[in-house]
Amino acid sequence: MDENSSARLKRRLLDIVYRIGLFLAMLTICLPGLWIVLSSLRPTVEIMAKPPVWIPQEVSFDAYVAMFSGIGKGGIPVIEYFRNSLIISVTSTVIAVAIGMAGGYAFARYRFRGKSGVFLGLMLTRTVPGIALSLPLFFLYVRLGVIDTHFGLILAYIALNVPFTIWLIDGFFRQVPKDLAEAAQIDGCTRWQAFWQVEFPLAGPGIASAAIFAFLTCWNEFALASQLTRSVSAKTLPVGLLDYTAEFTIDWRGMCALAVVMIIPALTLTFIVQKHLVGGLTSGAVKG
Amino acid sequence: MATVSLKKLTKRYGNIEIVHGIGLDIADREFIALVGPSGCGKSTTLRMIAGLEEISAGSIEIGGHVVNDLPPRSRNISMVFQSYALYPHMTVRENLGFSLKIAGAAKEDMDRRVAEASAILGLDTLLDRRPSQLSGGQRQRVAMGRAIVRDPDVFLFDEPLSNLDAKLRTQMRTEIKKLHAKVRSTVIYVTHDQVEAMTLADRIVIMRDGHIEQVGTPDEVFRRPATRFVAGFIGSPPMNLHEAVIDDGQLVFTSGAKLPLPGQFKANVAASDKVVFGLRPDDIYPTGHGISSGGAAEVHQIELPITVTEPLGNETLVFVEFNGSDWVSRMLNPRPLRSGERVAMSLDLSQAHLFATETGKTLRS
Repeated sequence: MDENSSARLKRRLLDIVYRIGLFLAMLTICLPGLWIVLSSLRPTVEIMAKPPVWIPQEVSFDAYVAMFSGIGKGGIPVIEYFRNSLIISVTSTVIAVAIGMAGGYAFARYRFRGKSGVFLGLMLTRTVPGIALSLPLFFLYVRLGVIDTHFGLILAYIALNVPFTIWLIDGFFRQVPKDLAEAAQIDGCTRWQAFWQVEFPLAGPGIASAAIFAFLTCWNEFALASQLTRSVSAKTLPVGLLDYTAEFTIDWRGMCALAVVMIIPALTLTFIVQKHLVGGLTSGAVKG
Repeated sequence: MATVSLKKLTKRYGNIEIVHGIGLDIADREFIALVGPSGCGKSTTLRMIAGLEEISAGSIEIGGHVVNDLPPRSRNISMVFQSYALYPHMTVRENLGFSLKIAGAAKEDMDRRVAEASAILGLDTLLDRRPSQLSGGQRQRVAMGRAIVRDPDVFLFDEPLSNLDAKLRTQMRTEIKKLHAKVRSTVIYVTHDQVEAMTLADRIVIMRDGHIEQVGTPDEVFRRPATRFVAGFIGSPPMNLHEAVIDDGQLVFTSGAKLPLPGQFKANVAASDKVVFGLRPDDIYPTGHGISSGGAAEVHQIELPITVTEPLGNETLVFVEFNGSDWVSRMLNPRPLRSGERVAMSLDLSQAHLFATETGKTLRS
């Protein structure tokens, strides 16, 4: 066999190894999701079976039907939880992104006293686990009377997300060349117009990704929400999962079904915004 | 149209002064080049004129009006950036028309002016492309088009050609010159490339460390440099500059070599004055291969060994050794030379320059 054909063979073998490796990695990532979907469709006996049953013997949508059947028939207030989750996540995301834009822009474009200190301080807040704050927050909220309200949770989530959105959006504004805003000002824009006409559209994908991250954080957050909400009027979907636990039993199938209901909007949103996340939009702005 | 006048213009960042109270009057429709090495304050000066940097002291007048505190949009200027600064999310047409859109121009007016500008710059076929789909030269043209569309009083160029390759740079240089002939606006052009400054400008302003060293026509700054710095900065290859002391009507170089003191300086120097002697490569040449000049009486003949030659086709740069120091000379109608060969050199001392070592100022009266 000559050198060329052995090199070709080696390349093909390596290619196959890569593909197998990738497949295994993807399997590891996707399996829990797949397992949740499967578990929501089959009876508890099968879920608990050892060794595990990979292929479901019978598939039924009973859990989904039951979920929406109302109290007493195995149902939980999904619609209310969904509404709470949506209101809380969307509102806190919008506010966190607005603050993040203002803050990120300031950090990216202006020099001011104590800039790095403030930035570091913001980042340090990320090192404190949210759950550690839940008890002090609980007492505070009780005093303020905002426990078990949308407002209380929105406030907590804004505080949780703002350092992150500032950090992310700061990075994206840094990538927009300063020359562009200056060119816009020479072209007749005020600083404000230059921001909205030029810098904002260019940092748009970055802001969108910050928004997704912030939204998903709120949508999936459990620890704080479980402490700060009590009733149907404020409980979010992740907290709603607990409705499937009783004193001696856990309805795994129902829980999985609710998890699927939770995942779908998050997944859909990510898909919709995904195409706006393509980078490289600024390429061609400067030199070449 | 507009004159531009800088009066004691100063820029400080904290305690550090970058531009030290410069003054400059620019005539209407004049093409002025600000040239100097990096960090000399030329870009800062341009940005102050544009209104992108606040001024620390002094004043700027455009068309007779003080514009010190006006925002860029109120100065009726346009600027071409080194990076082009095209808006990447807009097509070429939108880029060109952006300033008109902001100003709230009517659609027909906007279309007409974009069409005019694109016709001048040959952008007609590119109007619907985005900046990322253009080559460097095309982007440069769009940037210029965006400046033209505004019909400004003053054009500001901030090193517009430094991102282009050598060939394209020469080509675009010609286009800028043609453009100025067509639009006849006042132009302030910042560059670190003295060839660009020489070829384009009506007058050149040479800056160094936040001061203006000399203002003059290309011919003036080339033939009568006011300081040693200007002499070394303008001209390629640069002027031969060597330190010497005046002794008994002769120049005695640090290396020990001697040359007669050029006649035009005899009245301006005294014995034991420390000076810097300057001679352009054009004025030192292998005998019979130079630009013949009038002052034949002042041509000094000397035999020197060659160290290196750089053939350029129509001419050769010949590096010779003069008592241990390197001098560069320009040989016209070149003949082949070997390194190490000793050749008869002519030094046209009537074209020589002398600068005071201490102040760097010319000793020419």
